[in-house]
Amino acid sequence: MDELVERFLAGDRRALARIISRVESESGEGRECLRQLYPHSGKAHIIGITGGAGAGKSTLTGALAAEYRRRGKTLGIVAVDPSSPFTHGAILGDRIRMQELTLDPGVYMRSMAGRGALGGLAPTIDDVVAVMDAFGFDYVIIETVGAGQDEVEIAGLALTTILVNNPGTGDDIQALKAGIIEIADILVVNKADHPGADVLVSQLQALLSLAPAGARRPPILKTTALKAEGLAELADAIGEHGAYLAQSGELERRRADDARQQVLSIARQILLERIRAATSEEELAELVLRVAARKLDPHSAAEQLAGNVLR
Amino acid sequence: MTAPTSAKIRVLIAKPGLDGHDRGAKVVARALRDGGCEVIYTGIRQTPEMIAEAALQEDVDVVGLSILSGAHLELFPRIVDEMKKRGLTDVLLFCGGIIPEEDTKALEGLGFAAIFRPGTNTQDIVKFVYEHVKK
Ligand SMILES: Nc1nc2c(ncn2[C@@H]2O[C@H](COP(=O)(O)OP(=O)(O)OP(=O)(O)O)[C@@H](O)[C@H]2O)c(=O)[nH]1
Ligand SMILES: [Mg+2]
Repeated sequence: MDELVERFLAGDRRALARIISRVESESGEGRECLRQLYPHSGKAHIIGITGGAGAGKSTLTGALAAEYRRRGKTLGIVAVDPSSPFTHGAILGDRIRMQELTLDPGVYMRSMAGRGALGGLAPTIDDVVAVMDAFGFDYVIIETVGAGQDEVEIAGLALTTILVNNPGTGDDIQALKAGIIEIADILVVNKADHPGADVLVSQLQALLSLAPAGARRPPILKTTALKAEGLAELADAIGEHGAYLAQSGELERRRADDARQQVLSIARQILLERIRAATSEEELAELVLRVAARKLDPHSAAEQLAGNVLR
Repeated sequence: MTAPTSAKIRVLIAKPGLDGHDRGAKVVARALRDGGCEVIYTGIRQTPEMIAEAALQEDVDVVGLSILSGAHLELFPRIVDEMKKRGLTDVLLFCGGIIPEEDTKALEGLGFAAIFRPGTNTQDIVKFVYEHVKK
């Protein structure tokens, strides 16, 4: 076994940090680490926290983590911020709101850049979360800025997805109407110290009442993350949701769905890489030109590329 | 097909000590971001332990310290010490801010590879990072 993996399994946080970097850079050695660690994952309760920019996700994550620490639980936290689509650089500032946790040996916090050309969740987020899970934390919290698509992605990754809203910002309700509400297992109205919190709660309730009968209604909770208010209730609600998943059999179904999606998506990626490797730049350029000139349709062109590796 | 997913240079920009001015630190953070680095910014008033621990958790290649308070000769050795305790001996160190010329030797002795004083072109900082990090 890899020496780094041995240190990881013995609880060495530096080894954890290193392995995350390896996995994040999509290197062969990262994959090898993951192969050895993967059987140790699957025990943590994965929590996704998403919502608009500045909704208080980091503050809430920090306050929720502190609540779990009071309950004697350990946590891994990963906060994803978008990379610049132009330079691929990023400023990752979520630690600013979680300072008190830095020196707590029961918490490991990692900032992650989206690294995707089009924004969205980092391509290796599943692997990073699996590594944290395998380290043995009771909870892994993923913070992401919601921009529509990510929220759906995060819901596939987390067992419990929390959607953070703020009072007095009408656009939230618009986003909720657009279907994002369906991915939320728990709705949080954060900044409840601001006026309009109760109005937002009743608006959300009205919206939820439109859901089909028999469907699970996500609870709506008020928090003031800045003053650490409402966190015990939130932790309880997360626990109840976990119990619901286990009892209803949905836990197993979700895990299976998630595994299927992950395997198919990686397989797609592998095939694409093989095709790229088996195709010369000239051949690709020529095909693309013919498609652009409407002499060939894109499906036939893609078939021809795939033919370079599949027969 | 290289830039988005290949290994990125990760930099921690930290402000030790009690002074609350982080304009310079933010300017450097933005320049490094625009230069393609992933910059972790931890905010003001960081203790030496917090800086070293953040560097460990974030597995950074580089730590840049910004200081205006004049406490560098007191704080920087403690930061380097905390980093050593955690096995972080292969991290590139640089600092910036108000640092008198006569302190240069002492900081070099601690392992700081560069000192950037007010008026530095931020491009020079980006260049320095790319020249010194092997990736
Ligand atoms: N009044 C009030 N302010 C809050 C509360 N929670 C967070 N804030 C403030 O809201 C601002 C944004 O908080 P963050 O936790 O950084 O929000 P975020 O959603 O993580 O932001 P991004 O990661 O940048 O999208 C900060 O100034 C917080 O202090 C709250 O409950 N009440
Ligand atoms: Mg945040």
